[in-house]
Amino acid sequence: MTKNVDAIVVGGGIHGCSTALHLCLAGLKPVLIEKDYAGRHASGVNAGGVRQLARHIPEIPLSIRSMGIWEKISELVDDDCSFESYGQVLVAENEEELAVCRARVAELNALGFTHEELIDGAELQRLVPAVSETCPGGVVSRRDGAANPAQTTTAFRRKAEQLGATVREGVAASNIRYSDGLWHVDVGIETFAAPVLVNAAGAWAGKIAAALGEPVPVETVAPMLMITSRVPHFIDPVVILRGRKLSFKQFKNGTVLIGGGHLATPYQDRNETVLDWKSLAISARTVFELFPVMRDATIMRAWAGIEAKMKDDIPVFGPSSRHKGLYHQFGFSLHGFQLGPGAGAVMAELIVNGGTQTRVSDLGIDRFHPSTL
Amino acid sequence: MFRRSEQDKRPQVQIFVDGAAVAARQGDTVSAALLASSYDVRRSTAVSGAPRLPYCMMGVCFDCLVTIDGVGNRQGCLVPVTEGMQVEIQKGKREIGK
Amino acid sequence: MTMAPKREAYDVVVIGAGPAGLAAAATSAEAGLSTLLLDENIGPGGQVFRAVASTPVTDRNQLGADYWVGADLVQTLRASNAEIIQRATVWSLDRNLDIAVSVGGASAFVKAKRVILATGALERPFPIPGWTLPGVMTAGAAQTMLKSSALVPDGRTVIAGQGPLLWLLAAQILRLGGRIDRILDTTERGNYFAALPHAFAFLTSPYFAKGLSMMREVKAKVQVVSGVTELAASGDGQLASVSYVAGGKRETISADLLLLHQGVVPNVNLAMSAGIEHRWDDLQLCWSPVLDASGNSSIAGIAIAGDGAGIGGANAAVVRGRIAARAAVEALAPAAGAKLPSMAALRADLSKAERGRVFLDTLFRPSPQFRIPSGDTIVCRCEEVTAKDVLDAVAIGATGPNQLKAYRRTGMGPCQGRLCGLTVTELMAQARGKTPQEIGYYRLRAPVKPITLAELAAVPKSEDDIKAVVRG
Repeated sequence: MTKNVDAIVVGGGIHGCSTALHLCLAGLKPVLIEKDYAGRHASGVNAGGVRQLARHIPEIPLSIRSMGIWEKISELVDDDCSFESYGQVLVAENEEELAVCRARVAELNALGFTHEELIDGAELQRLVPAVSETCPGGVVSRRDGAANPAQTTTAFRRKAEQLGATVREGVAASNIRYSDGLWHVDVGIETFAAPVLVNAAGAWAGKIAAALGEPVPVETVAPMLMITSRVPHFIDPVVILRGRKLSFKQFKNGTVLIGGGHLATPYQDRNETVLDWKSLAISARTVFELFPVMRDATIMRAWAGIEAKMKDDIPVFGPSSRHKGLYHQFGFSLHGFQLGPGAGAVMAELIVNGGTQTRVSDLGIDRFHPSTL
Repeated sequence: MFRRSEQDKRPQVQIFVDGAAVAARQGDTVSAALLASSYDVRRSTAVSGAPRLPYCMMGVCFDCLVTIDGVGNRQGCLVPVTEGMQVEIQKGKREIGK
Repeated sequence: MTMAPKREAYDVVVIGAGPAGLAAAATSAEAGLSTLLLDENIGPGGQVFRAVASTPVTDRNQLGADYWVGADLVQTLRASNAEIIQRATVWSLDRNLDIAVSVGGASAFVKAKRVILATGALERPFPIPGWTLPGVMTAGAAQTMLKSSALVPDGRTVIAGQGPLLWLLAAQILRLGGRIDRILDTTERGNYFAALPHAFAFLTSPYFAKGLSMMREVKAKVQVVSGVTELAASGDGQLASVSYVAGGKRETISADLLLLHQGVVPNVNLAMSAGIEHRWDDLQLCWSPVLDASGNSSIAGIAIAGDGAGIGGANAAVVRGRIAARAAVEALAPAAGAKLPSMAALRADLSKAERGRVFLDTLFRPSPQFRIPSGDTIVCRCEEVTAKDVLDAVAIGATGPNQLKAYRRTGMGPCQGRLCGLTVTELMAQARGKTPQEIGYYRLRAPVKPITLAELAAVPKSEDDIKAVVRG
């Protein structure tokens, strides 16, 4: 028997969970369908960076919107998500990189964005005393921080369910079709029907879009992360590099997360990744050079989450260009976690109100034309 | 807690535990030498500071973590003693960068 | 012997030098395959033949004839062309058969055409109140010290639990002049009846007579309390006493050392981190890999032999090692297989070695109260998470061990779930009314043993990396 709901959200990552939650807040009854469990992939195992810093300009408005929600995250999901706001710092390792930073901040200021601030070597040393003294400065976004991604995604899922969302985990959405003005989706032996379908299926979303006649240039990637044993507290902000692939964060419990975008080999159909230790060794070397205090720390675990990366590195977000009632929310290209809370709120506005105050028009699927594929 | 059987005729090896000389035997693991010594060799955990001693002695429990010759978080039950080895009992989170 | 591997690639890499690994490596090398044996310990032997080539215990009767079987295995292996590296910690294995190994503080990568995992067993977690106190150890720990350093307990010593190893250890401690004050036998009385139908097979197994005489030897010298249904250790920062209930009566005794044991379970970390499929074994109450009759796992090229393939004991482990190696020989150098014993002969050996196993598994099936703790009893020793913490997380939505990590850091400490994984699975299964199979296990990740950042930073650079530097 077909169950009628107000919206079908496919994908239980931070984005699907956030959209389901915000649809509930708007009075709708959505169903959230997740083939594994909420936060199983990239949303639950990413670096947890809550970052406005160094974003692509088209997604900055969404990022700023999201930041406002992060700062009151407990009010939304009854869970602090281990969100900490000690800022994020982009480190320039030499004068050339600092010049690029300077130009970037000037460009943002000209556009009216003020969250990124150029800092000199002295301020960098003040913010990140452990960083090598040879670094001449960088950029800081002071409201940024980090959260626990699995805890966050789980909290959004839990709150959405409490507010009336139906959650189906462990069974994939299949046979997605449109008939009689409704989207129909099979979930095991069940069928759900709704006027609205949100494609938030992460690494699996490209296939859904293509099957619905909207192919986009997307690939599946698996950025690797590794974490150390607990070490005494020595750093507050999240640190990323201008020139090399590295992100670096110490959690309250003392563990240090090392990431930066080196990729594992994803085996999407098996939910598996095979790590590339030679690339992780590059990350280790970078940390070794930049943070001498870390040399004796032990690496406890490394992993990679499977996610979607767009050719132009910015997400697909907004209504379908072909189908009524279909919305896309995927392809966050290794930097979607911070956007999750805000994207859900904006998506709910698009669905319920037909529009939003937050500028997301540069993120639409219509930016891809067959000629660009 | 433990004592050596009289039949043990292995040569002695001297190690230092937090600076104090401890007589071990060739072929002992660091953890075995510590447990055979008369010293208080309890480490304290990185989480709550609770005292611990080795539990499994076969490399799986990580309750034998010690600093050996300056390198922290070594599994003492897997490392053989060597003459003059410097062992430090770890208290809390292992200090880094010293 | 702590040298890095001589080559970058081998026909067969065997991981673990216990009974299965020793037999597998010798078989593979004798057939002419390039063979590397990597083992984490100081010397070969694994746990059951621990320190067999170096033990200071010179009176052979004290450790028993079964122990010295290991010396022959080591000798055979050393006479072969296998390359053997001790103190080699394999910290990564993946489905491409790429192996990362740490030797003497430096890591190397080797590639294998076939991998035989012989990582053996570890003692089942025994999460009773106070099991993290200094002075509480596993029986296996005491046995390790006895074999490798001739160390015996000399304070007030209590041994608690069940299973063949417990009696063997007690006998060995007594033979070496060590002290045991009391043995607390936790074998459930009902298990004797449950095991009865399987008794015939056991009576004809070599374990039977030996087991019986060892129990007699121990009971003549030590007070044994059977039917123990509750057990707790207490003390302020150090074990001071052990309290227990037997026959409905509680008793507390002073103790300096408590040795716990309730059987062994496969050491699955490396196999699981490689992505090998495992299933819950309802009889042995643990995860066992899904294998074919030759020990081949769900990943092409990786076989598992010995107790890591499901608990079978040392004799079975030796045969399983030979079977896995023979399968590797058949795959890589079929002509060389002719020299080896036939697969049919090996399988017959195996069924003989496995005789009586069901009886032992049934008789020594640990009681629920010693597997599934409650209240403030610590489940995860590394992160100091209690049973109540786990149940609280289940109550607010944690559905399995991996989801639990979002609430509590169970399994995320250095032991990577080795000492809490089974407990967490069974505890969550019970709380959620599911089977352990449905609840699942931690997704395990490399490095399966921690390595220092400096060691990782020092690994050989890849070609791409070198190019990047040249370009830069």
